Amino acid sequence: MTMMMRQSTLRAWLFVHKWTSLISTLFLLMLCVTGLPLIFHDEIDAAFGEQQWAPANPGGPLLSYDDILARALENRPGEVPLFMSFDIDRPVVNVTTGLRPSSPESEMHFASFDHTSGALVPPHEPDGGVMHFILQLHTDMFLGLPGMLFLGAMGVLLAASVVSGIVVYAPFMRRHDFGVLRVNRSPRVKWLDYHNLLGVVTVAWVLVVGLTGVINTLATPILDLWKYEALRDLTAQQDAGATAPQQMSSLHDAILRAEAAAPGMTLQFVAFPGGSFSTDRHFAIFLHGETPLTTHLITPVLIDAETGAFDGLRDMPWYAKALSLSKPLHFGDYGRLPLKILWALLDLAAIVILASGVYLWLAKARTLAPIEAPAPMAAE
Amino acid sequence: MNDRESSLVKTFAVPAVIAALSSVGLVAALIGDGALDFLSWLGLGAPIVAVLWALTQRRA
Repeated sequence: MTMMMRQSTLRAWLFVHKWTSLISTLFLLMLCVTGLPLIFHDEIDAAFGEQQWAPANPGGPLLSYDDILARALENRPGEVPLFMSFDIDRPVVNVTTGLRPSSPESEMHFASFDHTSGALVPPHEPDGGVMHFILQLHTDMFLGLPGMLFLGAMGVLLAASVVSGIVVYAPFMRRHDFGVLRVNRSPRVKWLDYHNLLGVVTVAWVLVVGLTGVINTLATPILDLWKYEALRDLTAQQDAGATAPQQMSSLHDAILRAEAAAPGMTLQFVAFPGGSFSTDRHFAIFLHGETPLTTHLITPVLIDAETGAFDGLRDMPWYAKALSLSKPLHFGDYGRLPLKILWALLDLAAIVILASGVYLWLAKARTLAPIEAPAPMAAE
Repeated sequence: MNDRESSLVKTFAVPAVIAALSSVGLVAALIGDGALDFLSWLGLGAPIVAVLWALTQRRA
């Protein structure tokens, strides 16, 4: 009786493993194949988009953020500033402008300025758009939010497939030692062994990359919720009379004040009043930490854009932190080149697992009778 | 420990160690640079080493 129960339990797990895998395999194969070049996108961008640009005064004093902002507005007369961001590896300030604070992305203009001279920096050479195409395919298959959420669902199936795979690994391996590769038996036995070995040694990595990928597919709703909660929080605190600033106070002073309020953090991004990342009243100044862990954790500081007064610092809520930490754990870009190479090898292993899984399913369908039935779990 | 339990331990001992080493590797480079990067390469190298070992030693 118990033996029958266990056999039926095993059959149920095999059923889960088979169907979660079959439904998601094509999409997971696409994700693994497009993910491979994306692991090295920094290196590929650097190799193809060779920039000969150098600052006017290397190591020289930096202009104030107010001067850069003035240059940017001279460059786009009649427009208002929307965002300001800062290159990591060179003294370059990027300013996004638009006709109105609410201008849609398609009507925004992006320009880069030398932080040492205020001169325009030529835009990055487009790399033919190949990497952009690959990234878009990997992120949402050109389908926007529904595409992202769909790929997220495939990630959930992947996790179910890994868990059920661990369960059914036990009866298959009951009579074998770890790592057995019966390469001289039938192709089906050989590929079953490869599938089992690669599958079981990559469990931790596949689960982490898969589940952080799922969290990344929720980026849009997570950021929307964060914005909604932070804004509701702010408007609750403010006087009812808070209005758009009549006159902008110094951006440079606002940034210095924000940096003083968040010691040990690095300036990342400024959102101007009225835009989608701030309130109607504030400069939202985003700073990040210094270690590989905290560099993805962002603290926004709000400075009143008219009076220049400090108006609050908000740590990210837990769900936004989870999203931030999911990015490096998904991309594998936080441990220099050797980590990226390991990421690529593990990705290749995942491709072999997926392909051999499909092969095993097809081979079983063709022969009908299983060559190697799993040893009964309850043989005692 | 009955037969069933001991066979489960035997089946999953090596995979569990590899999963633990991989997890250490995944976290190490996240919390620091330098030596911790090196530790992350060792940890995440464990599954690769296991496959290479099986490919050379366990072909039957």
